[in-house]
Amino acid sequence: MSGALLAFESVSYRYPGVDEPALSDVNLEIGPGEFCLLAGLSGHGKSTLLRAACGLVPHFHGGDFAGRVRLAGLDTREHGPAHLGAVAGVLFQDPETQLVMSTVRAELALALESRGHGAAAVARGVEEVALALGIDSLLDRSTHGLSGGEKQRVALGAALAGRPRVVLLDEPTSQLDPVAGDELIGLLRRLNQEWETTILLAEHRLERCLAVADRVIALERGRIGCDGDPEAFLAWALSDAPALQTPAAKLFALMGMRPPPTSVRQARAALRAHGLLSDEERSEAGHAEQPAQPKLRAKARRVPNSAAALEMSSVWHELKDGPAILRGVTLRIGPGESVALMGRNGAGKSTLLRHAAGLLEPTRGRVRRAGRVALLLQNPGDYFIHERVCEEVSQEALLPAGLLGMAARNPRDLSGGERQRLALAIVAGEGDPPALLALDEPTRGMDRDAKAILARELRRRSSDGQAVIVATHDPEFAAACADRAVLLADGRVIADGTASELLAGGWYFATETARILGGAGGALLPEHGAQLLQAPARGAPSPADAATSSSLAAAPDAPGEGDQPPQPAASVAPGAAR
Amino acid sequence: MRSMLLYYRRLASPLHATRAGVAALWVASLSTATLLLYHPLVLLVLLIAVLAAGAGAGVGRSLLRSMRTGSIVWLPIVLVNVLVSRDGLTVFARLGDLGPFGQGNLTLEAVVFGSVVALKVMLLILVTTLASLAVDPDETLRILRRLSFRSALTASLATRMIPVLAADSQRLAEAQRTRPAGPPRGARGRVALLRAVIGGSLDRAMDVAATLEVRGFATARRAPRMPRPFSRHDAAFLASAIAVVVLALLGRLTTVARFDAYPEVHAVTGVATVALAAGLLAAVLAPFADRKGIER
Repeated sequence: MSGALLAFESVSYRYPGVDEPALSDVNLEIGPGEFCLLAGLSGHGKSTLLRAACGLVPHFHGGDFAGRVRLAGLDTREHGPAHLGAVAGVLFQDPETQLVMSTVRAELALALESRGHGAAAVARGVEEVALALGIDSLLDRSTHGLSGGEKQRVALGAALAGRPRVVLLDEPTSQLDPVAGDELIGLLRRLNQEWETTILLAEHRLERCLAVADRVIALERGRIGCDGDPEAFLAWALSDAPALQTPAAKLFALMGMRPPPTSVRQARAALRAHGLLSDEERSEAGHAEQPAQPKLRAKARRVPNSAAALEMSSVWHELKDGPAILRGVTLRIGPGESVALMGRNGAGKSTLLRHAAGLLEPTRGRVRRAGRVALLLQNPGDYFIHERVCEEVSQEALLPAGLLGMAARNPRDLSGGERQRLALAIVAGEGDPPALLALDEPTRGMDRDAKAILARELRRRSSDGQAVIVATHDPEFAAACADRAVLLADGRVIADGTASELLAGGWYFATETARILGGAGGALLPEHGAQLLQAPARGAPSPADAATSSSLAAAPDAPGEGDQPPQPAASVAPGAAR
Repeated sequence: MRSMLLYYRRLASPLHATRAGVAALWVASLSTATLLLYHPLVLLVLLIAVLAAGAGAGVGRSLLRSMRTGSIVWLPIVLVNVLVSRDGLTVFARLGDLGPFGQGNLTLEAVVFGSVVALKVMLLILVTTLASLAVDPDETLRILRRLSFRSALTASLATRMIPVLAADSQRLAEAQRTRPAGPPRGARGRVALLRAVIGGSLDRAMDVAATLEVRGFATARRAPRMPRPFSRHDAAFLASAIAVVVLALLGRLTTVARFDAYPEVHAVTGVATVALAAGLLAAVLAPFADRKGIER
């Protein structure tokens, strides 16, 4: 207990009206200056643990609480969230609900003012936190007009304004593009290193932040399943929780290599040590050829007019008093084609999908559709208007969505993945399938298992002849569900190519496997990377041999659940991912 | 996709550069003048002055949009006044005996007075719109927080929640449009939709309440005084507010802007009336002439 900034002592908690405990006998100590990552599947207690740490559980949510949580020596049963807020800054998932004032300056000042700081202290606190987070240029902006990334930064600034000793973050990057997400993680690391701020971060995309974490705490059904350094966590995930494995760890598991890497750099170093990656040129992994670069000035792909499920010709979307959101977008999608639409927040992805579905009319240009376009917007909850799942869609539609057993449940009680599948069934409709299925950021807040199920469902629809377009920030999901990728920037299509071309060659819009292999062979997913590396190389030892001969390696473990065994090397064509 | 909501944004204008307390007083002076005066010519000039002030503050288009929306109140006000008023002498239609309502005589005076009232309502709508677009709500609420922190913060929250909830309902409506069969129809469908909107709003409110809790709302203390030097824009708008109220009182307490709708329409219209109207126009717009030091 001594020296711990945050301590959980035999904490169990049950939300009001729920039988299953959200936390069960949690014992935990976190010291000052630690950077802790909170891992676990959806609904396994990450958010509840964070809410217990800041006193919202039980003061705000009610329910049955047992045990004791101490934050900087304050017992959360005796001190409410307002008192604890002086020690802990909290950042939730949705930035929209965390901004309560009209301007950024007032937002940053609120916490300081409400704690009774004087005018000079408030002004100094606001200025300092704005400079630290690089939001000083936003101080006089209205909070209403900020982008998602800016809102999340301002919300973080508001949480940090009082210089809390610990910051609790609940999936803060889930609504951010890869660039903004990486910036936020970098910022947290800087706060941690320069101010010794303790960070407790709940996140699904562990590959994004595992490298900066000192410690990983994994929750399983409300209990602590693993508490150790990132290497220990990955070893535990390999055997006990394959769904929590990072792509790099999965790649190593498929190769039979140990220990699993916590970062791209570590993975590349290990592959190099085993002779699987050349020291000279990153493209030499495997002996596969470098994929063709995507066309930087994108041209519409050749899909015959008659066959196009969607054809956009020089589509512009211009605001009356503002900038153009789309600038001459030309895009054709054929039946059965699956396309990942990527780009930064504000690039125009959502607007493009709305044009595809006919919710918006272009100010210039033309949109042609071969038939109905089903559009699934970002928030699946917006589609639910009934009290029971079976009232939203028929039993027949529930079967392929895997929701037949949940017909009597309230849609709002479903998990994130189930809600998404139900919303998909609603928009896809019954009877004739849509010519094009468009999904806008469908994986927000989803764990890896739920993403995999959704990707399989999209693949199934695509193989049934439906065209699919998915706007996503998640390169791993894009690689799992799409054959083609389109990169949008500032309302323009700046690259359009196969997924293996586009997602293999970049820093931000690239999968972890592709970054490890330097884009070699266009391999995007761990399965493809393993196939590529296991192909007989230029006299190098096979990964399995290398792993066996390595002093680090133990006997190869069985691949995790859902892992595909590597295909024979002969079946892998050089330069092709699929 | 674009929100039609009116909310404060800091723009490069003399009104936005003025401290919120003074700007609020200035806007209040326009409301006061609207309430005190009845002369149609003076009210029309005041309407023009408010629209021009909106243009000077960079929110002219929003004011025009607000005027278009607000114009729907015009007809009902005139109609109700014509039907209930019994004071006019110039009857242009007789509806006969309306039982407990007496004789249904529609008069020209009732039409004119109804129009004047509608004009006043329109002016109040425009002035309120101008206030919400150009007076910093956070600064205003900080002043109020010195009096009652929680009430002011609740008001601030309500201000903030309006665009958030409106965006939510816009999103929900858009989602319903993407259903293959379109939005739910019939009374049952609409009730279900309304329930979903309310449920979503309550979820939102819970999330915002949780944020406020961790920001120390429960232990909130009085907001500190934020010293800020009195600028020439502050002085100009304060002087303008005083001038507008003085002129309005002049119009109300003297016969310069006398207007009687009943029993017959009678409006004093002389040089003094025109001078009063011109004075009001000048008083309202004068502070906008000084654009030195305004950020671009």
